[in-house]
Amino acid sequence: MAMAAASSTLPAYHGLRGSPSANAKSKLSCVSANPPSRVVVRALASKPWAASKTLRQVAAHATAVASKEAVSSSSSSQGGHELLMFEALREGLGEEMERDPNVCVIGEDVGDYGGSYKVTKGFSEKFGSWRVLDTPIAENSFTGMAIGAAMTGLRPVVEGMNMGFLLLAYNQIANNCGMLHYTSGGQFTIPVVIRGPGGVGRQLGAEHSQRLESYFQSVPGLQMVACSTPYNAKGLMKAAIRCENPVILYEHVLLYNLKEKIPDEEYTCCLEEAEMVRPGTDITILTYSRMRYHVTQAAKTLVDRGYDPEIIDIRSLKPFDMYTIGESVKKTHRVLIVEECMRTGGIGASLRSAIMESFWDELDGPIGCLSSQDVPTPYSGPLEELTVVQPHQIVTAVENLCGKK
Amino acid sequence: MQKPPPTHPPLPSRLLRPLPFLPFLLLRLGRLILARPPPVLLNVVSSCCCVACSSPPWLPSPLFVSRCRSLTLDGPFLAPTLVARVVRKLSFRCQSSKLLLGAGCVAGKKAPLSSGGGNVRGAVSASKAVTEKPNSGSKSDKADLLVTKDEGLELYEDMVLGRSFEDMCAQMYYRGKMFGFVHLYNGQEAVSTGFIKLLKQTDFVTSTYRDHVHALSKGVPARQVMAELFGKSTGCCRGQGGSMHMFSAEHGLLGGFAFIGEGIPVAVGAAFTSKYKREVLKEEGDMPVSIAFFGDGTANNGQFFECLNMAQLWKLPVIFVVENNLWAIGMSHYRSTSDPEIWKKGPAFGMASAHVDGMDVLKVREVAKEAVERARRGDGPTLIECETYRFRGHSLADPDELRAPAEKAHYAARDPIVALKKYLLDNEIATEAELKSIEKKIDEVVEDAVEFADASPLPGRSQLLENVFADPKGFGIGPDGRYRCEDPGFTAGTAQV
Repeated sequence: MAMAAASSTLPAYHGLRGSPSANAKSKLSCVSANPPSRVVVRALASKPWAASKTLRQVAAHATAVASKEAVSSSSSSQGGHELLMFEALREGLGEEMERDPNVCVIGEDVGDYGGSYKVTKGFSEKFGSWRVLDTPIAENSFTGMAIGAAMTGLRPVVEGMNMGFLLLAYNQIANNCGMLHYTSGGQFTIPVVIRGPGGVGRQLGAEHSQRLESYFQSVPGLQMVACSTPYNAKGLMKAAIRCENPVILYEHVLLYNLKEKIPDEEYTCCLEEAEMVRPGTDITILTYSRMRYHVTQAAKTLVDRGYDPEIIDIRSLKPFDMYTIGESVKKTHRVLIVEECMRTGGIGASLRSAIMESFWDELDGPIGCLSSQDVPTPYSGPLEELTVVQPHQIVTAVENLCGKK
Repeated sequence: MQKPPPTHPPLPSRLLRPLPFLPFLLLRLGRLILARPPPVLLNVVSSCCCVACSSPPWLPSPLFVSRCRSLTLDGPFLAPTLVARVVRKLSFRCQSSKLLLGAGCVAGKKAPLSSGGGNVRGAVSASKAVTEKPNSGSKSDKADLLVTKDEGLELYEDMVLGRSFEDMCAQMYYRGKMFGFVHLYNGQEAVSTGFIKLLKQTDFVTSTYRDHVHALSKGVPARQVMAELFGKSTGCCRGQGGSMHMFSAEHGLLGGFAFIGEGIPVAVGAAFTSKYKREVLKEEGDMPVSIAFFGDGTANNGQFFECLNMAQLWKLPVIFVVENNLWAIGMSHYRSTSDPEIWKKGPAFGMASAHVDGMDVLKVREVAKEAVERARRGDGPTLIECETYRFRGHSLADPDELRAPAEKAHYAARDPIVALKKYLLDNEIATEAELKSIEKKIDEVVEDAVEFADASPLPGRSQLLENVFADPKGFGIGPDGRYRCEDPGFTAGTAQV
């Protein structure tokens, strides 16, 4: 159900337009090479540290230019290729492995099996079994091993067969991955990427349906990003591997077969930025991962009923992109957070308090937060549907926050 | 309800325990008297005749030797093994342990170290082995010595540094210069010195919370370690790590970990990098070796077993060193471990393993040499259990009430520094004056470290946010559109992050 909704609501991609300045800056990781339909426009602030803002000024200019060009032509003359999300992840990972021989993949069944969701299919033949290491079932130890390898010069990508299994690696992720850079006084960097599928799938049962973003968000020293489209999946994968910080990349079990056209040329996404999905004026809906598609599906109903929601995919779960979110709140004055996390201690809970702290004066009402029930995900289909936020609930919540139209 | 096992058998039966070995001991004593014994009996077999420790009565003949098995895909096969080579050097004939190991022992041939005559050696209590002096009074052959003068002095200096430093830590702690949990290494110096002094700067070491002396042995200046303990910004981790988190990128010290077992995968990871660089990046030169130090309590932890498996599976150049001091805070090793012989857990994974007297630095060094060479050659990991003892409590907050005074006295008599000193003097490798001058020099080094740490500044507020991320963009973008790390308040430590 969600999958069908997803493919029908994917925005058409027009390819990466370029003013020369955008291309010139594209090698810097912070330029968000967003497709024009998802423009992130930043006000050019006149502050003393303007020099460091040059990057984003150029980015804003580039995306503004890009949006103009997108309007003029709906099909990309520069090409682009269509693929599924797991293929996009594979492409991103493969490109980084070719670019840097220190990048390696460590995980269960990543080599011969090609990964539980085929993200590393073919890598073993191409890169060899030292670079695509099939490990025994020992999450804590092989995550620790990846951390030791990262400290001594490699750039491992750890795959959790399912994100839930990484609970077994919590010791290493919290203590060593997150904190070791600090406790060593900055002597060692831990450029690991920990990635894997999580989230509520199709009747996978409680233990395979976990959302670990809430468990790890308190760990200092970690960055967390969640991908939701093939475009940002590839971009975030590449950016995460190039980042010197440890990054957890959350993928979703139900999104691996999303199809989208992505650019042929190389690009990365900014790890700290959010993505504008649909500009609007009435309410800001903040979401990430699979809930993006429930929100966009609900948006169709809302638009029919006369609402104009602004949908932002926050993408960066830790740290939050308070600028994009803030600019949106200043415009709409109403916020609804839609997430798949549990209600208690989830990403939404943190985001709500962060928004309230920074933008209290901009808000016209309480921040709504739709989260999954604080319930172990049941196996049975109807029950499982009830634990997760559904589009009709989003519609109702928006109507309550904005008032009936 | 099951009766709990007795932890301390009554005195009389403990005394009677050596009785079955009496004929053998008498035989050995006879040989010692009749034949000229070698200058040092390098005995890789742990003494089981220790009356003071609560070793269970079922321990078999003292002559068990670990049978090292090399791993092939088809299964274990007989091959020259770590201990076998050492054992052969000593013409040591093993007499036991088909029951334990399922294999016979290696018959030794006459080795240069041994004298003429019988080549059956009994289990000798370790202290006797090192301090044994030939009754004939004649000088030992220079060729028989285990260390050169330079090496001997280096080992001595390192152990004295470790001891003096830890004693000074205790003083400073009670004077309120350092806080928190401080775990001292007194008594275990032989293990640290024996292993780490064989390593290069490019080799790696991981440790536990009892890591001061590992840091010192690896080459981290005493000043930096002391400053770190005082929480000063000149410490090796800028005051951010503390006693349990000593790190040094320059010296290959990968930490200092507070949770036991946490450092073992990190050492395995460093070994993985060594192998990766050889296999994938085709780097030439010596393969850097990693050593993971941990205790007997850790040997019951899952990470230990998982890492033994992975290291042996991929033949990584890592050495697992168990500092078995018999106590995990207040938990006796024998109360927490179904099979207390930790070295035996290696062969279960097909890994070469050895048990060594960890109170004798020369024995440790001999075994370590073999293990390091094995690892560098690419023959894979080794598990080495060192029988050692900590003279102080688990930490400076530990009242240390559970350990029997007799046990403490027994190990105090086997003080590794005293033993090495005796060896050096008895074999005329060094003079009393030279050793005294080393002790004096170390005193000065430690005093200087304290002065340096006292005089160093505490970290400023600016340091608070600095090392949370390697790339401070990880703090994210603030409401004003700037990265939070671009906020002028960031370097002052006052930025909202």
